[in-house]
Amino acid sequence: MLVVLATLSVSAPVIEGLLGVDAQAVDLFARLQSPSLQHLLGTDELGRDVLLRLLYGGQISLFVGLTAAILSAVVGTVVGLLAGYFGGPVDALLMRLTDGIIALPMLPLLIVLAALDLSKIGVPDQILTSDNLSLYRIITIVVLAGWTTVARLVRSSALALRERGFVLAAESQGASSGRIMIVHILPNLASPIIVATTLAAGNIILLESVLSFLGLGIQPPTPSWGNLLTNAQELIWQAPGLAFYPGILILITVISLNFLGDGLQDALDPRALDQSL
Amino acid sequence: MVQFFTSRLLQSVTILTIMSFVIFVLMGWMPGDPIDLMIASNPKMTPAGAAHLRDLYGVDKPIIERYLNWLLSALRGDFGYSRLHSRPVLDVMFPALQNTLVLLGCSFVLALSIGLPLGIFAASRPYSKFDYCINLLAFAGISIPPFWLALLLIIVFAVLLGVLPAGGLGVHSGAGGIWENLRFLILPVASLTIASVGSHTRYMRSAMIETLRQDYIRTARAKGLSHRQVLLLHALRNAMIPVATVVALDFGSLFSGALITETIFAYPGMGKLIFDAVMGNDFNLALVSLLFATVMTLSGNFLADISYVWLDPRLSYHRSDQK
Repeated sequence: MLVVLATLSVSAPVIEGLLGVDAQAVDLFARLQSPSLQHLLGTDELGRDVLLRLLYGGQISLFVGLTAAILSAVVGTVVGLLAGYFGGPVDALLMRLTDGIIALPMLPLLIVLAALDLSKIGVPDQILTSDNLSLYRIITIVVLAGWTTVARLVRSSALALRERGFVLAAESQGASSGRIMIVHILPNLASPIIVATTLAAGNIILLESVLSFLGLGIQPPTPSWGNLLTNAQELIWQAPGLAFYPGILILITVISLNFLGDGLQDALDPRALDQSL
Repeated sequence: MVQFFTSRLLQSVTILTIMSFVIFVLMGWMPGDPIDLMIASNPKMTPAGAAHLRDLYGVDKPIIERYLNWLLSALRGDFGYSRLHSRPVLDVMFPALQNTLVLLGCSFVLALSIGLPLGIFAASRPYSKFDYCINLLAFAGISIPPFWLALLLIIVFAVLLGVLPAGGLGVHSGAGGIWENLRFLILPVASLTIASVGSHTRYMRSAMIETLRQDYIRTARAKGLSHRQVLLLHALRNAMIPVATVVALDFGSLFSGALITETIFAYPGMGKLIFDAVMGNDFNLALVSLLFATVMTLSGNFLADISYVWLDPRLSYHRSDQK
């Protein structure tokens, strides 16, 4: 079992890597071609090559997933570290906030956030008129929802770490709180953070595809796996095949991320197996 | 116990109050302006009339004042009118809620009755081929995009086979009877069930494996009890404690799943109501139904907390500092 898990953990990033690299290579290639030469997976309703749209969309979906996962990990780590290291009122306040956010019905709220009129909150025009608005928006929204798991995990590990001898030693040498947190505690947190980020990345890619599917994430004509499926739903009676490919890609990506995270968890800390579930 | 109960209740109410304000503010940031929308539907509206409306609804007052006004009338049971449906918000919400509860209830029971036994079987022979297969399926269930699953179900059963309707809800009365109505439920319930069975299986399996490591299990085996007896009589009861908690938590998050499923299958429930209200600038309806979804989720969490303490007498009631 462990061997299988390990193999999967190793092969998952390879699969990922291949997908990511392919998307970029093929997409440059396509710019030089006329759109109706070779269609491995056929064309969509506007005559666009499905395979290329898929790979293009994969680029966006994976980019959003990765960026949002890393940003969530950063926010979560900062919150968790502060709460775990300082304890007391800081801890109580930050953890109440985290618990409060965890206790909310996420998807309906995210839909509201995605539908907000940004000019009413005073977002600068520069960002509002940029082409990547929907990209920025979806990453922000997903991070808002995604940081809590990492924060809790980091906090509980930091709580345990700060009682250890080496922290006391650093304190007695007169190291500042900031230095202790970054230089002494943070490196010891690497493995839980990596595991949590990997597992979060899968969820984030799912969330992105759901929001894009509902028409609130990445806006067409920019393809993403989610909004390719929206398109496919409208054509479900004429071309049911269109709905198949983007979904299977999301499935493969998320399942490899989950396996990778699970494998890493087993590999890095066998005792933690049941805690994060 | 009573003290724990009240402090948790108080916490939930606090979160709810804060959320009602946050959602109220968010609604103000939605595209469109309620008065403009009213004017648009009435060609005879004069600027003076519009100003009068503005005054009447108080949209130019500070946000705090508007919120307090809304809160006061909400506490009296007046939640305003739905713009899309032209009926009081509660009248629109209750039938939708009923539909959603039917949908959620069915898939909740189904998912539990499939997921828990699978988890127990997997845990009884950990790291066997059987366990590995179940694990793989559970992972697939967790990782599958819920809306894609729904689309696939529509393609197979509605488009290719043509045996089940692709969406909507049948008429409640009429010659078709119960079967006609059930036909509309099958696909949404199936897609929601598949989406949550995986996590139930995983929780059950890991809780069971953890329990089987305990000393009292070794004692039970040493007494000469059969594998089955050890599993079902000694281990299951203890393994159920964390599972019950997680399952109660899950009931809240089912609401999110229902939103996707209902939107795709055009099933007239709360999820679709929220989605349509947000998309259609129906502020009153969106506000109240979002708050209601929050209440549902919070009560799920509340039940989870209570059940945790209630099921496991070893725990003290003041565990909030030890998590």
